[in-house]
Amino acid sequence: MTAKEAVAMAEPRKKKTAPRADAESMAARQRDISVSEFFAKNRHLLGFDNPRKAVLTTVKEAVDNSLDACEEAGILPEIAVILEDLEPNRPATAKSSRYRITVIDNGPGIVRKQVENIFGRLLYGSKFHRLKMSRGQQGIGISAAGMYGLITTGRPMTIFTKPKAGQPTHHIELAMNTKTNRAEVTFDKEVKEFPPRRFRDMSAGTKALAEQGGFLTESEFPTGTSVSIELDGKYQKGRGSVDEFLELTAIANPHARIVFVPPTRVTEDEEPDVLAAAEATAAAKATVTTETNGVIVFPRGVQELPPETREIQPHPKGIELGILLQMLKDYELAEKGGTLYNFLQERFCRVSPQTAASMCQAIGVTSRAKAGDIEPPQAEKLYKVFQESKLAPPPTDCLAPIGVRQLLAGMLKGVRAEFYSASSRTAEVYRGRPFQIEAAIAFGGELPADESARVIRFANRVPLLFQQSACSSFKAVTETAWKNYNLQQPRGALPVGPLVIMIHMASVWVPFTSESKEAIADYDEIRKEMKLALMECGRKLGTYLRKRQKMRREGERRDVFERYIGEISKAIHEVTGQDQRKVFDALLKQAKARTAVADQVLDEDGKIVKDEPMDEDGVIVVPDAIAPVPGAIPAAAPAAEASPAKGARRRVAAEGTEPRRAAKPRKASAAREELRARVAKAASRGKGDPGAAGLF
Amino acid sequence: MAKGKTGTRSLKERDAATTKKIVDLVADVARKSLGGKEPKIDIPTRTKSNTIWNKKRGILEMGDGVAERPLFDLKTAKQFMQTMLHASTIKDLIAAEKTSSLRGVFYKAKHTVAGTRENTFDTQDESDPILEDLEVALGALREELHVFAENRGSMVGNITIVDKGDEIDCRRMGSGGYALPSIVEPDVIQFKKCEAKFVLHVEKGTVWNRFNEDRFWEKHNCILTHGAGQPPRGCRRLLQRLNQELKLPIICVLDNDPWGHYIYSVIKQGSISLAFESSRLAIPEAKFLGIRAKDFRECGLDDAVKIELTENDVKRAKEIAAYPWFAGHRGWQKEIDALLANGFKMEVESLITKDISYVSETYVPERLRKKDWLD
Ligand SMILES: Nc1ncnc2c1ncn2[C@@H]1O[C@H](COP(=O)(O)OP(=O)(O)OP(=O)(O)O)[C@@H](O)[C@H]1O
Ligand SMILES: [Mg+2]
Repeated sequence: MTAKEAVAMAEPRKKKTAPRADAESMAARQRDISVSEFFAKNRHLLGFDNPRKAVLTTVKEAVDNSLDACEEAGILPEIAVILEDLEPNRPATAKSSRYRITVIDNGPGIVRKQVENIFGRLLYGSKFHRLKMSRGQQGIGISAAGMYGLITTGRPMTIFTKPKAGQPTHHIELAMNTKTNRAEVTFDKEVKEFPPRRFRDMSAGTKALAEQGGFLTESEFPTGTSVSIELDGKYQKGRGSVDEFLELTAIANPHARIVFVPPTRVTEDEEPDVLAAAEATAAAKATVTTETNGVIVFPRGVQELPPETREIQPHPKGIELGILLQMLKDYELAEKGGTLYNFLQERFCRVSPQTAASMCQAIGVTSRAKAGDIEPPQAEKLYKVFQESKLAPPPTDCLAPIGVRQLLAGMLKGVRAEFYSASSRTAEVYRGRPFQIEAAIAFGGELPADESARVIRFANRVPLLFQQSACSSFKAVTETAWKNYNLQQPRGALPVGPLVIMIHMASVWVPFTSESKEAIADYDEIRKEMKLALMECGRKLGTYLRKRQKMRREGERRDVFERYIGEISKAIHEVTGQDQRKVFDALLKQAKARTAVADQVLDEDGKIVKDEPMDEDGVIVVPDAIAPVPGAIPAAAPAAEASPAKGARRRVAAEGTEPRRAAKPRKASAAREELRARVAKAASRGKGDPGAAGLF
Repeated sequence: MAKGKTGTRSLKERDAATTKKIVDLVADVARKSLGGKEPKIDIPTRTKSNTIWNKKRGILEMGDGVAERPLFDLKTAKQFMQTMLHASTIKDLIAAEKTSSLRGVFYKAKHTVAGTRENTFDTQDESDPILEDLEVALGALREELHVFAENRGSMVGNITIVDKGDEIDCRRMGSGGYALPSIVEPDVIQFKKCEAKFVLHVEKGTVWNRFNEDRFWEKHNCILTHGAGQPPRGCRRLLQRLNQELKLPIICVLDNDPWGHYIYSVIKQGSISLAFESSRLAIPEAKFLGIRAKDFRECGLDDAVKIELTENDVKRAKEIAAYPWFAGHRGWQKEIDALLANGFKMEVESLITKDISYVSETYVPERLRKKDWLD
């Protein structure tokens, strides 16, 4: 600003502008704000802050819904995610492009009359009012995505849904009116085919996969839903990408099969993000997926659905006074003259007749007192009684934790490491809502050794990709003393090392910090459980690392001895004339006996000796992934000309001076395959008992 | 003492005895290996704790302490292997009737351990102590192992010797002197004719050059030697033979610092690592002429000659003062106290600041006349 302007600003205003508003004039402007209008203006609250995130959030909302619907209907999810680039010929400088995002599931479908509500109204859903674990909870997700598409492209959503096998499919196109928060249907027809056939012929990749029966096979979709949204967006790989989301979803949902058809073109980034690119390649390598002509398949890891969850009543300890008052009112409305005694038992969980009676007594009313007659001061007393009473924690069959076995299966599938451990805590309560924390860690193998650990977070099996540092789980990780488990950790930061940390919170209501469901709010109860789960995993890792260190030391020790035995037996032969080979073998035998610890786990070629590679619950060790001791040199047999013994086990072949790394990869993957198969088999055996550990 | 038939035969017998010792040692290892027992070699310890001060004889002797050197111990595995290699190398040397320098033995046994990138020996510093271990383990002298050290140290003076049959007149050795070989046993070196009345042993070649250039040995009828710092075994053995066989006093001129005191102590009583050889190396009668802590004032030296004592020097001085053979010695306690009180050390060369030949023409003759020395 110029000096003149500055002076002008500093001077007090002399001239009075138009008269200020009064109550009347203001009243003229006071009116309803439609929720849709509100969110249209505040799209960042829903995760549509920028074009790249818009693509991800849309995919995420649709996939979440598909998984929820499948599980609720007891169907093993078969999901296709298709990204079509509608402006493939845009100039390289274009910051965004138009995409059509389609998610197709084999879920139960949606009955015709609900379609407008579900896709055309914000805050309409089946999950908000109940205490049951599901991915979606707010009734915003898919309609918000549709709204974003509409705002940016003007194009309606396209829905195909088939609620009954053998019956026609509804093909509906609708747009949301943001003023009225209602859908306007622009197309409504019944068609025969489901899933829409055109997707199968999209590319060579989809055709090939469809021919093998691996893509949108009609018989696999007796019912289901397909949602397409056109939007202005940007597709890129790396952190926070659709690829990462699906990769992590596959880890937390080993029972789902997901096929991803990425767009033909990736948006150029003006300032190439080297880190993101590196992470993308690492992520691509880390996922055990198959890729045919660009189509990525995340295979199904286990054949069992998560156990069905039950809806529960609120727990007395999780209720606020205002809600208690409202519940009393609602009860009176519904039950006209119902007693407090019954109210307590019917509208809360864990309240037995005795407890109800003693609660009535505690606030000085009889068991026959009517709920409608309870005055606010008595309600307040009741509220206090709730807090002080000793009640069983809420039932936990409303939760479907992933379970130790499936956590391990998921991690093994998604992360190439040498050590895996998992822990599933028992259910706990925050604000009267049951929740359960699970953690898993993967260590070593191909993970980068000198970077901060990667934390992957899940809430009700949904990966959380943003706002890591605002998340309770992040705090729990940094507050855990990883140094106790032989890991490095800068003060107040993530541990450093080849480590992936997974945290899952399962709850009937996950307390997110915002509607975009990106970070878990930091409740003490939750953070405490997270830390306990991490400590359990960490302890197992610590034990393993110490054991491995010992093993390594013993291995090195034996190496040292074996290295010298050749020289010694040669010298003995030269001085005394003793048979060199005999002396060598005798000394080798002694060396091995003396370093038996190393032998317990690995034989001399590094193969698994024991059948069971793990000796603790919730732990998997992939011995082949263990990095060789740096600089280790294989021991040698005595010089060849002096030891003609045939058939003797020779550790060193022609390339004897090569470090042991050679010929590893093939063996490693074979062992890994075998392990994976075992895990999968084991997991399917343990049906209905997903939380139990100790299978291995 | 001439070499005759008997000499050769006794040499052969000696070699046969040494060879047997080596074979016995290695055969024991072989037996243990094949019998499933841990192979170990017993090696008398060459450490301070296993050194005994024989007050009566005035020398350091090796105690009975023996350390096991097992194969299956990370600390000793490599040394075990090295010991076996050297045992084999020595046996070959004897069989071939050849001798070798320490360096030669090192190179003969040095190679890459089969199938690795590791050397059996990396430096000669690793090899030499293994040979000393073998000496004590076998109870054999170094010459019996056919090993010698490089020549180190020089001698001139009024003496004629015979070295491997060659007569050597030490009065006609020019500026370099007679290089002291590492093996000076009577079967190699005999004293033929000696007029000298004492031996003046100086620390370094530079000082020795000064005395030789000034023909000190001629003027004072003596033998002049140096050992290039800490005198090697050959030098010490020859001094001992001159002392014992020819009854010549050994007078030392060393630096005025803990290192000089230590050299004197080694010449006089023997060293810890070679305590087993003390009886043929130590010269309890050896005398320390200087230079002394008092010399800075007595000789009126310039401040420039002072070299400040380091922390390590102070520590070393105190250690030396506590050696049993110095601990009970009033004169030496005073001398070391004076050094510490000075807070500086002086090299023999510092006397040159007075005059280039002050040390050879004034200092040493005066002190000799006054018999002003420590012993
Ligand atoms: N693919 C589908 N198959 C069957 N029902 C579906 C499908 N997608 C959505 N629904 C139904 O539509 C409702 C609204 O979905 P929406 O995503 O808007 O909200 P939500 O999943 O309940 O909560 P959130 O806002 O947290 O996602 C769901 O509650 C579910 O009953
Ligand atoms: Mg949803």
